Amino acid sequence: MNDVMQSLIDIVGERGVSNAAEELWFYSRDPGVLEPHKPDYVVAPKTTEQVQKIVQLANREKIPVVPMGNGMALTGLVIPLKGGIVLDMKRMNKILEVNEKARYAVVEGGTSQGVLKAYLQENYPHLRHSIPDAPSTTTIAANVALHGQGRLTNQYGFNSDMVTGMEIVLPTGEICLIGSPSLGPYWFSKGPTLPDLSGLFLGWLGTTGIITKLGLKLFPNKKIREVEMFVTDKAELVPEIFYKLTHLEILEDVNAWFQPKPLIFKGNFHITIYFTGDAEEEIEFKRRMIWDALQEFIDSKDGGFMNVQYTKDMLLEMPQRGIANFADVPKGGGFEYSGPITIIEHFPQYAAKVIELAKKYDVLYASSARLICGGHCMMFSISFAFNRNNPAMMKRVKEALDEATAFALEMGAVPWKPNFMEQQMTMKKIHPATLKLMQMIKRNLDPQGIMNPGNWEVI
Amino acid sequence: MYKLKFNDKVCATCPSSDCLLKCQYMTFSGHKEAHAEMMKIIRGKDSRVLHECATCYACEEYCKRGNHPFYLISERREEKGMFTAARPITNQWINMTEMQGKFLVGDIKDKALSCCYIPELGVLGTGEIFKDVAAAGVFGAEFMCPAVHTHFAKMSVIKERLPVVIENFRRLGVKEVICLHDECYGTFTSIASAYGMEVPFKPVYYMDYLLERMKELKSKIKPLNITVAYQRPCSNRLIPDKLPLVKKILKLIGVKMPKRVYQDENCLCCGEVIRSVSGYKLADDVQKRNIDDMLQTGAEYCMFNCPACQMALAEKVSKRGLKPVHIIDLCKMAIGEKEREVA
Amino acid sequence: MAYLRNLEHGDIVHRCFRCGYCKFPVDYSDFNCPSYKAFGWDTFAPGGRMWLIRAWLSGEIETSPRFSEIMYSCVACDNCKNQCVFEKFRDFLPDVFQETKVELVNDGLVPPAVRDYFKAIMTSGNPYKLPQARRGDWTSGTGLQKYSAQEYLFYAGCVGSYDEVGQKMAKSVASMLDKAGVSAGVLGEEETCDGNEVRILGEMGLFNELAQANIEKFKTKGVKKIITLDPHALNAFRNDYPKLGARFQVFHYTEIFASLVKKKKIKFKKYPAKITYHDPCYLGRHNQIYKPPREILNAIPCVELIEMRRHGLNAFCCGGGGGNFFTDILGTGEDSAGRVRVREALQTGANIIAVACPICAKMLTDAVKMENLEDKLEVLGIAEIMARTQKK
Repeated sequence: MNDVMQSLIDIVGERGVSNAAEELWFYSRDPGVLEPHKPDYVVAPKTTEQVQKIVQLANREKIPVVPMGNGMALTGLVIPLKGGIVLDMKRMNKILEVNEKARYAVVEGGTSQGVLKAYLQENYPHLRHSIPDAPSTTTIAANVALHGQGRLTNQYGFNSDMVTGMEIVLPTGEICLIGSPSLGPYWFSKGPTLPDLSGLFLGWLGTTGIITKLGLKLFPNKKIREVEMFVTDKAELVPEIFYKLTHLEILEDVNAWFQPKPLIFKGNFHITIYFTGDAEEEIEFKRRMIWDALQEFIDSKDGGFMNVQYTKDMLLEMPQRGIANFADVPKGGGFEYSGPITIIEHFPQYAAKVIELAKKYDVLYASSARLICGGHCMMFSISFAFNRNNPAMMKRVKEALDEATAFALEMGAVPWKPNFMEQQMTMKKIHPATLKLMQMIKRNLDPQGIMNPGNWEVI
Repeated sequence: MYKLKFNDKVCATCPSSDCLLKCQYMTFSGHKEAHAEMMKIIRGKDSRVLHECATCYACEEYCKRGNHPFYLISERREEKGMFTAARPITNQWINMTEMQGKFLVGDIKDKALSCCYIPELGVLGTGEIFKDVAAAGVFGAEFMCPAVHTHFAKMSVIKERLPVVIENFRRLGVKEVICLHDECYGTFTSIASAYGMEVPFKPVYYMDYLLERMKELKSKIKPLNITVAYQRPCSNRLIPDKLPLVKKILKLIGVKMPKRVYQDENCLCCGEVIRSVSGYKLADDVQKRNIDDMLQTGAEYCMFNCPACQMALAEKVSKRGLKPVHIIDLCKMAIGEKEREVA
Repeated sequence: MAYLRNLEHGDIVHRCFRCGYCKFPVDYSDFNCPSYKAFGWDTFAPGGRMWLIRAWLSGEIETSPRFSEIMYSCVACDNCKNQCVFEKFRDFLPDVFQETKVELVNDGLVPPAVRDYFKAIMTSGNPYKLPQARRGDWTSGTGLQKYSAQEYLFYAGCVGSYDEVGQKMAKSVASMLDKAGVSAGVLGEEETCDGNEVRILGEMGLFNELAQANIEKFKTKGVKKIITLDPHALNAFRNDYPKLGARFQVFHYTEIFASLVKKKKIKFKKYPAKITYHDPCYLGRHNQIYKPPREILNAIPCVELIEMRRHGLNAFCCGGGGGNFFTDILGTGEDSAGRVRVREALQTGANIIAVACPICAKMLTDAVKMENLEDKLEVLGIAEIMARTQKK
């Protein structure tokens, strides 16, 4: 046994580290289309102190460290591009605190979305968090680290905007508190009115530190959730529909989606509109507001509300389990998407691009846009399914996604959770001074370059 | 292409104009105006009816002179390129009911049990009541009555697809098709006849079948002693001669159906199509009046004939204390096959 | 991709998205896959297994003790099958895992504990390596006679026949059957292993031998109806034996008792207790028997039945399924299934965990001891609870 392995065992115990062929094979890949790369060790810490010791060891030995939640970003962000240690954070899954009146929760860095949802449901039924539609095994820390979105993103912004404090193990091994917890026992602010240091970690895809604790905003959980579905066949109307809907300021979430199959969806753009209330009267009032807001499209026969009774349970589910099903459309276990963050006016151009790419690369598409913070922008997912047993199809999907990202950058969008190649494309386009600042931050925080190397890295 | 058989003279000499005067969604000053509007429609001119009709099918029932006012209204709307509901909704219905070869055909001999393209009907058409025919079920767009497109003024879809559906049944070699969907029976009788389409099998209305079976199962029936309000579906307007069956079946199973305002010819639409065609205000109003009326009879259950009505109203009636139930499930409850609370 | 080995359901292994819904119950309250909960590596979750099996079938990874450990740590609880979002193939997940174990058996590459289990069954007819002659010892004092054309055969199984906790459970069921006037007999020393665990551990040759011998024996003796103590035996008799030509009606003892309770043939005196019921995987998820045990408990006056958060379809396994009761690959650590489960039971405020399976009984009894909860929680079979409530 080598020294590193023994040192890791000393830190986390035998059950907390593996260099067996099985774990190395599994943790070398994610469910997306990128090539795998093997780690040297997989380590599963249970405490912040263990994380700290692992990072200190990695510093000494100059070994890369790749923090991982459930690995469902699909863009290879947890593939250890340069080997080293994959840090499976999921054993750090305790919910440490809920401050009911201040509406925040403090969780460990590997806590899953599902567990927090269940915990709140049981103990604080009138509180909720912004649940993404990724599987419930995905972790809250990973979600905010890549600026994820969730069910409350239309109302309150990116899930990363909902962070209320962090405990970080820095790349050099120091434990650092960010926001109000750095001054006292309360986790209510990630920055203001201090300089907002959370920006040194959010969006950095695990290249500047490891989130070991996280404060997260909670929001009122209304008694009733409802959904309506507006349908139009004109992509060019979608931005205006978004605009009218967001003007209402009463919606929980708005998603616009389109896909060619099954045939009921052919040729149409579907706008799923979620809203909540504490009484039937409130729900009915909001429903009428929504219908009235879109009356002009109904009058022109360009759009109408479709009946959602059959699909209501599925639509209201959080997360929507059915979304994973897209992976099995080509009977083959996979899909991946490019999800640029962009302005809502560009919906028609992106919609056209998805259809163009699907045709050009002969791949199956499903597309969905989620409004962010009342329509300031949207995440537009360009999603293609593939059969894992068909390498040619996987290659076509990869090429289609590369082209989608290039298109998004041309259109002035910001790529969401870009893979390492898309990061390169982004850094080529980014303003030189911005890039320089990013490099300065990275170099200062991670002088040895051990944190998730290959990502946000200037070649 | 099939053409609607419509006798202009019948309308020209109509002394009542009941088709429009009785309409629940449009008002006319009197016979003169209603008659004039109908004549405009016949002559292919614009009429307020073409813009205001809520597609409830009722005029088909109100006309006692054998003409087809509703089919004509729909024909004229399509000729003029009018959409009743939003274009994407109209197309959605056309697309989702397209034949794709994904149908199910059971063990067919002389009879088929048609489940249209409605999965719920497959569940309803089971058990002791349907034991002789359940295995002969057919399901899918290939066997679906395309009458729904009437709501969307897409008579061309009906004229194109209905002959294919009829041919699909003919190929099964069946003598009888028991229609679990009210509208299928209406389609094979009223619509097919209005367009001169020959139906080479005997369509059997499921309530006729149900009545006979319940008579045979009489010894097993334990009267339910409950009160229901009946949601009569739009398609039942195409086959008004079948209306009395409901009372006969309910009598057999010990179910009371007190009189209410919106019953028989005066029944109200479930509201779902109206929501698409005429907007939510009218739909909400119709549904509210309908449920208020159901409640004032003291009914415990809202009884359905059509699964589409049930889908539209189940949640709404439940919220107001009425249990939604299909008439077939009531029969199953009466012979102890289904628990009451499950219904 | 061409695979070097063939599994009957090998064509689905690449379709797993490893999204991880399989790890959870429907409400996501905790990890519901016992091996993932215990080991904490994604490789030990159903998705991990699917991906590893694919790598193994295509030769990307070799058979190894670790690979065997991962496969044999599966407790066959069927949670994954019910939680997986891919309706088109999820029913076959447990089959893929079982078929993989069959291959490992064929290659002679099973963990030592599994090998020892097979050996004990082959040589002694039971996993305890105890003499066949003592198999019927537990019956003394129960009132049940040797089977000779009674209406039912009461089948106790290996755990019920040899394990101390299992015997206690078997005795209570047998006594209650006798007391209720059910016409039932036992095979005693003529009884042999049902083979359910042998099959799930992948030794199909041995399973077929055991099953065929049992079928032959039951037929010769004129058995038409069987009551099992052990849901594992119920599963083999009900779902696997018919494929080998068996035509018996098979019941779990809770089904028989629930029906007698309904017909008022068994009556209870007051028994003030807070009870939580633990669903055995082979009774619940594998055979959809959820109601009868609860009907019995609910019929006892003054019993307050409190459900654990995870119950019914979402119940958390005791950790003893898939042969782990005997092989103990899951271990007894803090996150081992049994210990997690008794902590969950404690949270309900109940003072009794009712069980309907001798394996669960033993697993949870041991876990209660390990968690030092003996003064707070008692693990009792349904019939043991019934016995306490009988009018004397």
